[in-house]
Amino acid sequence: MPPASDLALLVPELWLAALGLVLLGVDLFVGEQNKRTVGWVAVGGLLLALVPTWGLAGAVHRPGTTVFFGSYAVDGFAVFFKFLAIIATTLVILASMDYFRASGDRQGSTQRFEGEFYTLLVFTGLGLVLMAASADLILVALSIEFVSLTSYVLAAYLKGNPKSNEAGLKYFLFGAAASAVMFYGFSLLYGLTGSTSLYVIAEKVATVPAPALTVSLALMLAGFGFKISMVPFHQWTPDVYEGAPTPVAAFLSVGSKAAGFAVLLRVVAVAIAPSGLDYVTLIAGLSAVSMFVGNLLALPQRNIKRMLAYSSISHAGFILIGVAAFGGAFGNTGLLIYLFAYMFFTLGAFFIAALIEARLGSDDIPDYAGLSQRAPGLAFLMALFMLSLTGIPPTAGFFAKFYIFAAAIERSPALLWLVAVGVVNSVISLYYYVNVIRTMYLLPPQDPARIQEPAVLRTALWVTGAATLLLGLYPQPLITFARAAALLLP
Amino acid sequence: MGELAAFIILAIVTLLPAVVVVTSRNLVRAAMSLIPSFLGVTGLFVLLQAEFVAGIQILIYAGAIAVLILFVIMLTQGGTGTALRQVNEQQLVGGLVAGALTIALLGLLLRTPWPLVAGTLPRSNVAAVGGAFLTNFILAFEISSLVLLVSLVGALVIARREQ
Repeated sequence: MPPASDLALLVPELWLAALGLVLLGVDLFVGEQNKRTVGWVAVGGLLLALVPTWGLAGAVHRPGTTVFFGSYAVDGFAVFFKFLAIIATTLVILASMDYFRASGDRQGSTQRFEGEFYTLLVFTGLGLVLMAASADLILVALSIEFVSLTSYVLAAYLKGNPKSNEAGLKYFLFGAAASAVMFYGFSLLYGLTGSTSLYVIAEKVATVPAPALTVSLALMLAGFGFKISMVPFHQWTPDVYEGAPTPVAAFLSVGSKAAGFAVLLRVVAVAIAPSGLDYVTLIAGLSAVSMFVGNLLALPQRNIKRMLAYSSISHAGFILIGVAAFGGAFGNTGLLIYLFAYMFFTLGAFFIAALIEARLGSDDIPDYAGLSQRAPGLAFLMALFMLSLTGIPPTAGFFAKFYIFAAAIERSPALLWLVAVGVVNSVISLYYYVNVIRTMYLLPPQDPARIQEPAVLRTALWVTGAATLLLGLYPQPLITFARAAALLLP
Repeated sequence: MGELAAFIILAIVTLLPAVVVVTSRNLVRAAMSLIPSFLGVTGLFVLLQAEFVAGIQILIYAGAIAVLILFVIMLTQGGTGTALRQVNEQQLVGGLVAGALTIALLGLLLRTPWPLVAGTLPRSNVAAVGGAFLTNFILAFEISSLVLLVSLVGALVIARREQ
C-alpha cells in the first residue's frame, strides 16, 4: 500500500476533483437564470486550490520524486504546471460568464447547460494538472484522453451553431486518430523496455536499438503534436478555434498546449534522452516547419480566430525551440517562461475576440475598424497583446522569446540556424499582428456607437494585460520560479 | 507449429472482417463485422494466456460496444438501410501513406531484437490483474472513474434534445 502521506502530496488534485463534483451538485439547485453562480463557485474553488499548490511549491522535492509506486511525479516541474492550469482555468471561466451573457443578450436566448460548462472546465483543468505530473505511460495516456474527451464536448458546446458542431466532430476525429497512433508508440516503448514507468524506462532505454526507439518516438510525437498543434498535426487547429466558443478556443490554445508540452518534455527528457538518441535534429526540424507554416498561413487570414489559430501553430514552433534546447542551462527554464508568459497574452487576445464577437456578432478583423474610438481601453489592450505576440519590448512576449533564443544559442552552435529561423519568423508575424493594430487605430469605424465592456470579462482582461506588462518589465520572480521548477526535471 | 497455425487462423479471423468494417457500404453489415473481428482478438489473447483480458474483450467489445453501435444505428434517423461510401477523393494518398507506414513498421518489427523475459506464467492471472489495479496502477484506476463521469456528463450535454 502507498503510505497515506502520498495523499498529502495530492491535495491540489483531490481538491479539484472534489470541486468538480460539488459543482455538479450546486448546478442542480441553481435556477436557469442564475447559472453564473456555478461559475463563481468554480472561480472561488480554483483560487483556493492555489493555496495547497503553493504549499507544495514550498516543500521542494528532489528530482524524480514520485508517489503511488512511481506513477505520479511530485516535482517542481509538476507544481509549475499546476499553477499554470489553475490560473488559465480561472481566467477562462471568468471570461465565459460574460461571453455567454453577452451572446445571449444579443440573440435573445440563454446558453443551455451553462452550469455543466463550468464543471467541465474545472475537470479539464484537473486533467491538465494530471497530464503534467504523470510519470507512467498508462497515466499519461489516461490523462491525455481525459483532457481530450472534455475538450471535444466543450468545442461543440454551441449546439445551435453548425460551425461549433463541425469543430467538435473534427476535433474528435483528429484526436481519436492521433491518440491511436500515440498509444501504438507507447506500446512499442513498453515492448522494448518492459515497463510503463518513465523512470524505469530511463534505466533500460540505453540498450534499445536506435531505429525502434526513433519510430516509437515519432509515433508518440503524433499524439503530443496534436495536443500542441505542431505541424504536421495542426490541420484541426483553425477550424476548431473558429467554430468552438471563443473562451474554449482560448483554453485549448493555452491549457492543452501547455500540458501537451509538459508531457512531451517529460517523456523526452526522462525516458528518451538517456538513450543518447539524436532527437534534437528531429525536434528542431519540426520547430522550424511549424513556425513557417503557422506564420505564412496566418498572413492572409481575415477572421481573428483563424489568425490566432495559425499564430498558435507558429508559437508551438517557438516553444519547440525550448524542447530542442533541453539539456542546456536555460532550455527548460526558457520553455517554462515562454509557456507562462504566452498564457497571459494569448488568453487576453482571445478574450477580446470573445467580447467583440459577443457584442458585434463578428469575428472579422475589418470589423475591428475604429475600435480605438468605440472602446479605447479594449483597443489599447489588444494592441498590447498583439505587440507581445510579436515579441516587442517591453512586453512579456519579448522577454519570453529572448530567453528561449538565448537557451538555444547557449545549448549548441548547431542550433543557431533555428534561432535565425525564429527571428525571421518574428519579423513575418509582425505584419499580421500589426495589421490588427492598424485596423483598430487608423481605419474609421463603420458604426461609431461605443462598445460596452462587461465587468467580469474586463477584470479578466486587465489581469492578463497587467501580467503581460509586468512580466515584461519585472521578470525576475518568474525566472526564479521557472529555474527552480526546471532544475527538478532530471 | 500448432501455435503458429493457431495464430495464422486467428489473424485471418481478425483481419478479414476488419476489412469489411471499413469497406462495406451497409452500416449494419459493417457494425456486425466488428463482432468476428473482436472474437479473433479474443483468440489472440487466449493464445498469449491472458484469459482475463480475453474475457473482458468478449464482455465489453463483442458484447457491449458492438451492440451499442447497432443501437446507435437503429436509433439514428435514416441510419439503417442507407448506402454510404466509406472513402473520399483522398483514398489514393491515404492508401499510399498507410502502405508506407505498414512496410516501415513491418521492417522494424521483424528486425528489432525484442527483449524476452524468462519465467513461468501463473496458473491464473486474474488475481495478478486485480493486485496491479489496487497497487501500482491505483491512481490510473481511480482516474478512470473520473474520466467515465465527465464522459457521461459530456455525452448528456451533447445528446440532450434542444428545446
